[in-house]
Amino acid sequence: MLHTFVALVEDKPGVLTRVASLFRRLNINIISLTVGSSERTGVSRMTIVADAQPGAGNRVKASLYKLENVIEVDDVGQFSCVIRELALIKVAATPKTRSHIFELAEVFRARIVDLAPESLMIEITGVASKIEGLIQVLVESEDQILEVSRTGRMVMRRGQHTSRVLDAMRLSDPELEANIAAPDLVPEIDQLPEQADLPE
Amino acid sequence: MTNKEVLTKEMSDQKAAGIGAGEDAVMHAHPARLTGGEILWATLVGEGVHEVFGYPGGAILPAYDALRKFPIRHILVRHEQGAAHMADGYARASGKVGVAIATSGPGATNLVTGIATAMLDSTPIVCITGQVSSKVLGTDAFQEVDITGITLPITKHNYIVTRAEDIAPVVREAFLVARSGRPGPVLVDITKDAQAAVADFDFAAAGPRAHRAHPMLQVDASSLTSAVEMILAAKRPVIFAGHGIIKSGAMREVRTLAERLQIPVACTLLGLGSFPASHGLSLGMMGMHGESWVNNAIQQSDLLIACGMRFDDRVTGSLATYAPNAKKIHIDIDPSEINKNVAADVALIGDLREVLEQLLPRIAPRSGSDWLRAINAMKGDASVRDIRNLPDNGHLYAAHVINDLWNATGGKAIVVTDVGQHQMWETQYYKHEEPRTLITSGGLGTMGFALPAAIGAKVACPDKEVWVIAGDGGFQMTSAELATIAQENLDINIAVINNGFLGMVRQWQEFFYEKNYSCSPILSPDFVKLADAYGIAGATVRTRAEVLPAVNAARSTKGPFLINFLVEKEDTVYPMISPGAALNDMIRRPAAAMSGRLDASEKVIRDGGEDSNPSQRNKNAAQQSWNPLMDRADD
Repeated sequence: MLHTFVALVEDKPGVLTRVASLFRRLNINIISLTVGSSERTGVSRMTIVADAQPGAGNRVKASLYKLENVIEVDDVGQFSCVIRELALIKVAATPKTRSHIFELAEVFRARIVDLAPESLMIEITGVASKIEGLIQVLVESEDQILEVSRTGRMVMRRGQHTSRVLDAMRLSDPELEANIAAPDLVPEIDQLPEQADLPE
Repeated sequence: MTNKEVLTKEMSDQKAAGIGAGEDAVMHAHPARLTGGEILWATLVGEGVHEVFGYPGGAILPAYDALRKFPIRHILVRHEQGAAHMADGYARASGKVGVAIATSGPGATNLVTGIATAMLDSTPIVCITGQVSSKVLGTDAFQEVDITGITLPITKHNYIVTRAEDIAPVVREAFLVARSGRPGPVLVDITKDAQAAVADFDFAAAGPRAHRAHPMLQVDASSLTSAVEMILAAKRPVIFAGHGIIKSGAMREVRTLAERLQIPVACTLLGLGSFPASHGLSLGMMGMHGESWVNNAIQQSDLLIACGMRFDDRVTGSLATYAPNAKKIHIDIDPSEINKNVAADVALIGDLREVLEQLLPRIAPRSGSDWLRAINAMKGDASVRDIRNLPDNGHLYAAHVINDLWNATGGKAIVVTDVGQHQMWETQYYKHEEPRTLITSGGLGTMGFALPAAIGAKVACPDKEVWVIAGDGGFQMTSAELATIAQENLDINIAVINNGFLGMVRQWQEFFYEKNYSCSPILSPDFVKLADAYGIAGATVRTRAEVLPAVNAARSTKGPFLINFLVEKEDTVYPMISPGAALNDMIRRPAAAMSGRLDASEKVIRDGGEDSNPSQRNKNAAQQSWNPLMDRADD
C-alpha cells in the first residue's frame, strides 16, 4: 500500500541522500519524493510517497527519526489532507488541431502555458487521478503526448495541525507567536467537499 | 539520563580526572589561534580522549604533524580495520568513546568493516579520516574516496569538514551523537586544507547544541501499568538480558527485578556478563547455540520481559513458532526496534535503567515458583555433562580448553573472542560474572575482530587480564596486529583454537550441505613460530594435561603470550537450531556419537593410551586422506 510521509529536514548537502538511502536499505520503493522550502529558514520539507507493507509506517517513521538531520516526521496516511501534484504536459498540436485541447483543458481546469507551431504545453494541478484523467483523455482523443513532467505528491494536513517546528519557533520568538493566527480563528475546513479536487 | 545529563556528567567526570587541566597550554588560551590539525587533537583532549588508534598517510599528515604537542597516546596499527576494531574494543571494555584515525582513500575504506561491526553492535566510536583538499574534492584526486558516501548506511552519522573553524564543533557533536541514545559509530572526514588552515579554537564555545532525543521515546503511565500487571500475573516469565543493560548501566535494576519475583534470566550473546552467570536465576545464553533448557524455557514461557535487546534472528529462530504462548514486554531505547521482528504487547521505549527505575517501585517481592523448579529440572546436569563426558583420550576439545581457562582465570578476565565455533564454546563454557568482560562481534559476526579488539580492551583497561580466544581462520585475518602488541608491549594472552578448519563453516556443511567440506579446511602457519617472529612468547598444546600449565605460563609471563591449542578437528557446537527452525527444534549431540566417544575413551584407558579414533572422526577419514592440509595441523 502507499504510505505518505512528510519530513522536515535540515537544508544541508547530503540530507536527501540519507533519506533516500534509508528507503533503499529497507527495500521500499519510493513512488514520488518532492523537496522544497518550508516555513522555516534552513529547513526543507519532503513529501515521500512509498509503497510498503501496511504496518511499515511506524518503523519507517522511527527509522527516519534516527537520521540526525531529520527534525520531524509525519505519517499522514490516516489524516485528512490536501493533496496536490503539478504536471506539465506537452502535446503535439498545430494551430489547426489545437482547439479541442483547449476545451479539454477547460474541463480539467488546466491552463495552456506555452504555444509553439507544432506543440502546446498544459499545466495542471490536482490529485494524481485528475492528472491521469487528463492524460487518458488526451490519449483517447489520439493526441500525441510529447513530454510529461510531474512533481509527485505534495501533502499538507487540514485544519489545526501545526508542526513542532512552528511550536519551536513560537517558543523562541514571542513576536512570531503574536503574528500567527490563533487556532480558534482558523476556519474549519475539514468539511470541504472532496470534489473540490475533481473536474466538474 | 537524558543526553544533556550524560554530557554534563561526562564533562564533570573529565574535570574530576584532571583532564584538560594543566596538560597543555593550548587548552587554556580561549580562544586560541590553532591549525586545524591542532584543533582536532585539542578537541579530542577536551572530550577526554587519552588514546587513539591510527595509521598516518598523506591526507592526514597535517594532523599527525601536530600530535606531539598533545597528551594523547597514539597506537600505530598494522591495518586500519584493526584501528576501528581497537576503538570498538576500547569502547566496549571502558564504556567510553573509542577513536580511530586513518588517512583518505584506502586508509578510510579499510575502516569500513570495523565501522560496520560497531554499527551492528551499537558501539560508540568516532573515526577521523583525512580527505583530499577541498579544492580537488570530487576530481578523483590521488587517494580520494567518497568515504562519507560509503559509510552512510553503516554509521549513525557522518560529516565532511572543509574548514578549520568547523572541526571543533563537528568533532564535539560527533562524540555526542556517538554516545547518546542508542550508541553507534560516527565518522568525521576532514580535508587536508582544513587541517592545515588556522582558525580560532574555543572548546567550550564549540559545544554541541542540545541533542534531539528520539521523539518516539515513550514510557507512559498506562504502558507502565499494563507492564506491571502482566509481570505480576505471569506464571512462567523470563527476563531477556541484552546488550542494552550494559550500555544503560542497568545491571542492578535488572537483578532487582529478577530477584524480587524470582524470574529466571536468559542472556543474549552481547548481554552475557550483564547478569552474573553464577546467580541462581541465571539460565545462560539463548538462541541458536543456547542451551536446551534456556530455549525450552522461552518456548514454554507466558511472558518475555525483553531488556535492551532486539530479537535478532539468531535469538528467535522461526518467528512463526517463537514463544507462542508468551506476551512480550519490550524495553528498548530504539523505537525502530519495537515490533520489528516480534510484536510487543507492551513497549516501554526509553533508557532501560530509567524505565526500570519507574517500574521497580510498583513490584513487590515474591518467593520462588514452580516455574523455576521446572526449569531447573530441565537443566539437570546438562550444563556440566559435556565437559564431564567429552573423552580425555589424547584428543583435545575446545570445550575443555575454555572450561580450564575459565577456571584458571576465575572467570574474571576480559575475554575477547573472534567469530565461529570457539565463540559459541566460549559462551557455553566461560561463565561471565561482570559486564564488559566478554567482548565479541555479535551482529556483524566479524572474523578477525578478536586480536585488534583485545588491543583496544587492554589499552582501555591495562590492569585487567585480557584473553583473546580466536579460531585459526579468523586469527589469520588480522594477525598482523601481533606487531602492534609487540610494539606497545601489551600484556595480552592469546588462545588460538586451532582445528584446521573454518569450524563453523564446516559444521554448517556437515549439517546442511551433506558434509561437502567445500573450501573449509585451512592451512595455518605454526602460530608459535609466528608469534616468535614478533618476539612474542608462546606454547603449543595438544592434550588436556598441557592446558593448565600453558595457561598459567601465559598468565605469569609479563607481556604477550600465544597458545596454539591443536584441538579435535571435527568437533561440533551443540545444541544448534537450524536457521529458520523453531527455537525448541534443536540439533542435539548425537547420543550414538557420544557413547562412541565414551567407548573410545574407555578403550584408551584399557589399552594404555593407544590412540583409537572416536567414530565421529572416522566418518570423514576419506576427506582427511586426500587433504594434505589436515595432517599438517596435527604435526
